[in-house]
Order: sequence, then structure tokens, then C-alpha cells
Amino acid sequence: MLRNSLKAFALALGLFAAAPAHAAGEAIPIPDRKFSFDGIFGTYDRASAQRGFQVYKEICAACHGLRLVSYRNLRDLGLTEAQVAAIAAQFEIKDGPNDEGQMFERPGRPADRFRSPFPNDAAARAANNGALPPDLSVMTKARAGGADYLFALLTGYVDPPPGVTVMDGMHYNKYFPGHQIAMGPVLNPDQVEFADGTSATVEQMAHDVSTFLQWAAEPELEQRRAMGVKIIIFLTILAGLTYAVKRKVWADVEH
Amino acid sequence: MSIGLHNSEFKNPVVRWIDQRMPVFTMMQKEYGTFPTPKNFNYFWNFGALAMVTLMIMIATGIFLSMHYAAHTGLAFDSVERIMRDVNFGWLIRYVHMNGASMFFIVVYIHIFRGMYYGSYKAPRELLWMLGVVIFLLMMATAFMGYVLPWGQMSFWGATVITNLFSAFPVVGNFIVELLWGGFSVDNPTLNRFFSLHYLLPFVILGVVFLHVAALHITGSNNPLGVEPKGPQDTLPFHPYYTAKDSVGLVVYFIVFAVLVFFAPNYLGHPDNYIPANPLVTPPHIVPEWYFLPYYAILRAVPDKLGGVLLMFGSILIWFVLPWLDRSPVRSMRFRPLARVFFLLWTVNFLVLLWVGAKPAEGTYVLIAQIATAYYFAYFLVVLPLLAKFERPLPLPESISRPVLGGGPLPMGAAAKPMEKA
Repeated sequence: MLRNSLKAFALALGLFAAAPAHAAGEAIPIPDRKFSFDGIFGTYDRASAQRGFQVYKEICAACHGLRLVSYRNLRDLGLTEAQVAAIAAQFEIKDGPNDEGQMFERPGRPADRFRSPFPNDAAARAANNGALPPDLSVMTKARAGGADYLFALLTGYVDPPPGVTVMDGMHYNKYFPGHQIAMGPVLNPDQVEFADGTSATVEQMAHDVSTFLQWAAEPELEQRRAMGVKIIIFLTILAGLTYAVKRKVWADVEH
Repeated sequence: MSIGLHNSEFKNPVVRWIDQRMPVFTMMQKEYGTFPTPKNFNYFWNFGALAMVTLMIMIATGIFLSMHYAAHTGLAFDSVERIMRDVNFGWLIRYVHMNGASMFFIVVYIHIFRGMYYGSYKAPRELLWMLGVVIFLLMMATAFMGYVLPWGQMSFWGATVITNLFSAFPVVGNFIVELLWGGFSVDNPTLNRFFSLHYLLPFVILGVVFLHVAALHITGSNNPLGVEPKGPQDTLPFHPYYTAKDSVGLVVYFIVFAVLVFFAPNYLGHPDNYIPANPLVTPPHIVPEWYFLPYYAILRAVPDKLGGVLLMFGSILIWFVLPWLDRSPVRSMRFRPLARVFFLLWTVNFLVLLWVGAKPAEGTYVLIAQIATAYYFAYFLVVLPLLAKFERPLPLPESISRPVLGGGPLPMGAAAKPMEKA
């Protein structure tokens, strides 16, 4: 046991020493992308987020889950009750056991969480050449740079610089830490057909899906900021009143 | 004290009936109503009250979070996200709790700074100060265990690194580590006991805070001049003067708190903690929460494992003996021209440690951390004891109401006998 603890400690200390060097040496500046939710008063561009959902559903969802989001949440993006029910019904959800003790599949309901593409991590790795496509539910909160990083990553596929050998099954990406990523350049021009007629360039799809995933990670963002503005206005007025009271109370004290 | 009904001065019959049998109203009136408080407090004296309010906020939000949280390695991460998404105003409760920890440390650091600058640790307030150090240690333990609960990558790896520190101690080290883990690695038993202790410790803090306040109300408060009140002309009743002044500080504090919660709730956190814990994948950069970075820098400044751990713990334990390291009879650094410079340097040095703690332990950073660590301890062990002997303090005011006599020669022996004990 002593050896194990020491090993874990040494490993940890080694990580302090080695890993930050990696992080510091490889820090890749992420270009700033202008999103509708930037700044303190920003909100979600509903049209962009809906298109982003379409990109997610038709492309990303082949490998990436969104297990913390429910179909009913899509109403926040401006979809109607009926549209959400229709979307949910497109998916076969495993349920049960029924009264015969059997698991069964049924069409999805708005209350269901998004169906993950793989039943477990091992299945996901087996289908993806050993790589694990991460769940995207909180992705913008889980990466430094957030949505800016997602956009940069999705549009960052370039030819490797001379002298760099890309490993088998990997792809070169300007913005991925270490530059070698298992996910290929999955977005191709006109890969989806947007109902609103927006031209589906790679940049447009990356922008829209980044907006959608930002919403998926922080669905409370608009409510939070709206409440924050009210609370800070209230507190500022209260601060003025409180200070006036304090002045009045202290008026007769020589200090 | 004689047996029998308390002689209550309250007129309201219900209040009077209770007060005669259990004089809580008399006590509150004495300790928070008429309590004689030096009249020259500046806004640094808000921070004790702010810390108290923050503790209340943390306990209140924590109780609601625990109603929805599941302390199990397979459920913890998702249960936190469920709070964020599906619990009514769950995101608000959680962001207040999460950022409340940071705000608590900011407030307490300023409170400690104030105590050190104005010499609030000196006689007769040594025990009051030591109870404060106990509170700070309990806060650190509570915050550390709280950070483990969401069971993200930083939770898991932070817990692994910090608990492993205890293995540095000879003989008992591994026993302590296995006791903390409840097994042979950070796993479900660890999460369970951390949750239990994270719920328990705030109430222990509350108890020690009560003792801290009780001790304060025996000695009375220090003040920016560091001169004890000489009589009623130097003090004001706590209410309404300081209830009003604390309210101003409190509302301003809430504004800062609100900016963080509503507009930058994850600013002080680490993105990796939104990745579910995975014992097989080590994050490239393990860092503790920002408020632990100075001690983390001290830990890493020492090439020897046990030495680093001892210095890290020593960096806080040394505060316990601060009243005896600094023997200068002058409390407030306003009147200590040399100590003031060395102390402000120590404060900057503390911030340097905080900054360097977030940097990789290599090259110049190690050297900076080592120099800063050396000064951290030298201030306590060398500078303060020497200054007590050689520093010539400025003339002290006669009392809080009467400022320093301008010009003129010093009265005989003013420097030698700079302070009168109350």
C-alpha cells in the first residue's frame, strides 16, 4: 500500500511538473468569434440555435451524445409542443421492464433525455477506432474558450505543417491540444439543408452548432442574466439608501 | 449569580415573560445593542460581519443542494447537472454556493489582513485570534471536500493529490491516507465520507464562530489606532451605529457577489471540472482552487516531499504563535513605520505565491516560489521578533477621541512606553 500511495503521489507531483509545461508550451490562442450570447446582455439567437440543433441531429449525433438534455428543453429554442413531440418520436427509446419483465423499445417522448448513440463507452470506442466521442451536454463549460473553442476546432482542420506526421486514423487540427484529433473534418459544405434557406457553409454550420451547444450547456443563461440585471439595479439603489441611513445615523458623532 | 427570575428591563409582556426565564433578549441587547464599540472603525471592520453572513448563505444554499445531490460516483456529476437544469432555481442555488466559497475566502483573507495590519492578535486578543485560525483551517477542509462533491476531473484528481500529501508523514502517513479514502484509492467511500464531513464541518465552524464572537465580546474590538478605548467618549453602542455601517458594507458586498454569480459564474472555476471524473485519464494540468494556490506554491517550492508538506501546513500553523512572535507593544501598523513596510511586502509576497501557485513548477517559477516562501516565513520568524526590539514606533494618540498632539517634543519615555494597557 505504501508503494501505491507513493506512486500515486509521485505521479501527481510529476504531473504538476510535466503537464503544465505541456499546457504552457502548447497554449494555442483561440480566435474570438462573435456570438449572439457574447457580453453581459447577450441572448441566444433562436434561428441559429435551431439550425445548430439540425446540424447536431444530422451530423454530430452519429457519435456524440447529449444525455443531460431532454427533448422537451427544445421548446426553449422556440419549437412548438407538437414539433418537439414529433422530434422525440423519431427516436426509439429503450424502456421497461414491462409487466412481462421484458425491456422494450418505444418512440421517444418529450420528457425523455436525448438518446445517446452508443449504449456505453466501450461500445463507443469499439465503433470509433478506440477513440471515445465525448458527450456534448456541458462541452462549452468543459473547455477553455467555450463556444469560441468549439467553433475554432470545427473549422480548424488544415494540412499538417511539413515535418509533422499524423498518426494513423488521426487528423491534424490547428486548435486541438496536441493537434492530433481522432474526429475527422465532419462538416462539409451543404451537408445539411437548412429549412430557412441559410447557406450551409462549414463556417455557418460550425457557428450554429456552437450556439446550440452553448445553449445545451447553459440553458439558464438568459434567465440568469436578466435576473442579474434586476438584482444589481435593486442592490445599487439599496446601497444608496443604506449609505444615506448610515450618514444620518452617524451625523451627530464626531469621528 | 443568584437563582430566580432574571430582572428584565423589557416592557412587552411576552418578551418580558421569556426574558425573565431565559434572558436571551437581555443578552442580545447587551452584545449587539448597547455593546460599546470603538467609534473609529474603518470599513475593514465590516469583514467579520460579512464572513458571518457568508457562512449563513453557504449553510442555507448547501442544505437545499443536499436535497437534490446524490453522493455516489456514478450519480454525483449528473445529479449536480440535474440541479442546474431541472430543479427550480437550482442553477441559482448552486452558483451562489459555488461562488460563495470563493467570496468566503476573499472576505476571510481581508479579515485576516486587517487583523495582522492593526495588530488585532496582540494581548489580550490572542485566544480570539487563535480561534480565528481554527475557523480558517476548518474552512479549508470544508472547501476542499466540497470541491470533490461534483465529481468532475478536478474533483477527483485534486482529491487524489491532496489526500496523498498525508502519506508524506512517516509511520502514520499511509494509515491516514487510507482512512481518508476509505479504501485504497479515491473512490465511492471517499466521496461518501467527504459529503458527510462537508455537511458536518460548517456546523463545527458555526460553533467556533460562536466562541470567536464570545471571546471578542470579552476583550472588545480592536480599532484602527490600536489604542484601547479610555471611556464612553471613545465608544458608540453597536446599534444603530455599526449595524448601519455594516449594512452599507453588506449591500456593496452583495453587488460584487451578484456580478460573479449572474455574469461570470464559472470564472473562478476550472473547465476540467465539467468533465466527469475518470480515474484512467489524468488532466494535463492539476490545480487546486485559487484560494489554495499560495500554500500549493509553498508545497512545490520544496524539493523534498515531507519538507514541502510540513512547510505547507506550517505556513498556516505559524499564525497560531503570531501573538508571541510579534512582541512589539504597539498594535496598529500606522504607528510602526518599519513593520508596516515589511507587512505590506508580506501581503504582496502572499499574492506572488498565489500567482506562482498556478504556474508550472519549473525554471524561474520555482525560484520565485522559493524566494517568496523564504520571505513568507522570514517575516514571522526573523522580521517581527527583531522589529519588536529595534523599531522606534511613532507617538501613539492619547486616546481614540484625542488625536496625536501635533508638533512639540515627545513626552519623556513615549517611545519606550508607547501603549497603556486598558
